[in-house]
Amino acid sequence: MPKVDRAEIALQVMSGLNKTEAALLQELESLGRMVAAAKQEIAAMRVENVDATHLPAATDELDEVVKSTASAANEILDVCETLENLQPSLPAEAADTVGVCVTRIYEACAFQDITGQRIGKVVNALKQIEQRVRETTGRFAPSTALPARSAPAQTEGERLANGPQPTSAASSQAEIDALLASFD
Amino acid sequence: MDKNTNVLIVDDYKTMLRIIRNLLKQLDFNNVDEATDGQEALAKLRAGNYGLVISDWNMEPMTGLDLLKEVRADARLKSTPFIMITAESKTENVVAARAAGVSNYIVKPFNAETLREKIEKVMAHA
Repeated sequence: MPKVDRAEIALQVMSGLNKTEAALLQELESLGRMVAAAKQEIAAMRVENVDATHLPAATDELDEVVKSTASAANEILDVCETLENLQPSLPAEAADTVGVCVTRIYEACAFQDITGQRIGKVVNALKQIEQRVRETTGRFAPSTALPARSAPAQTEGERLANGPQPTSAASSQAEIDALLASFD
Repeated sequence: MDKNTNVLIVDDYKTMLRIIRNLLKQLDFNNVDEATDGQEALAKLRAGNYGLVISDWNMEPMTGLDLLKEVRADARLKSTPFIMITAESKTENVVAARAAGVSNYIVKPFNAETLREKIEKVMAHA
């Protein structure tokens, strides 16, 4: 069987085309080459560095941040409880001042809950990215492709559990009070 | 307001449980029990006798909203005052909590005065 000369075939096809068709064909060829190059680049990505090292390391670091802040907050609470236990032995005015200060510290220590929830959102985002990277590269390297996931059924409480809003978008207590009052 | 009432606080952050417990102690509530998720809280509520629930929203395996719905669906527990303390501040969250029968809603971060005011309000209607 004679070897087919692709260039010759292309010339024959091209000669039968008008100017617009030829330009379109060239454009399609160019797009095809770009897609092929992109596929090669994606398949050659060192994804194992991302999903095996970088992302787990990042989530571990964030977990440590949460643990450290929780530990610090608990240390502060220990000190506050010691101060509260001293209150009965203090003169009334000093005891009141200590009480007010301890309350303010309790209020401020709630930061740990909010920062913990915000960091949890970042960790979840990193895990989503890891999953998407695996799926995208898996498409061009079928041996590493992962099975499709189906989202688990959620209760209304789970669907609406999104954690803290950005400060600029969060409702204030006064706004929430007004909203609740509007139902009365 | 009966300061001897049993209060159940529910939050998956141990530090937050400790903060709320200490703030309640300052308000002279000394009968305070804790749970770290909705399921544990529901089991305690069904087994015990609580006059107030203060719960977070975002917990696993049962959220605060789902706990609230279970409480309102339970013949013995349905009139228990239930305050949600949460970082979930979207309107749709507040509306959903209200539809489920929440007694009041506090957004985190909150201060001690807000906590006192909301407890007084819900206990007055209890």
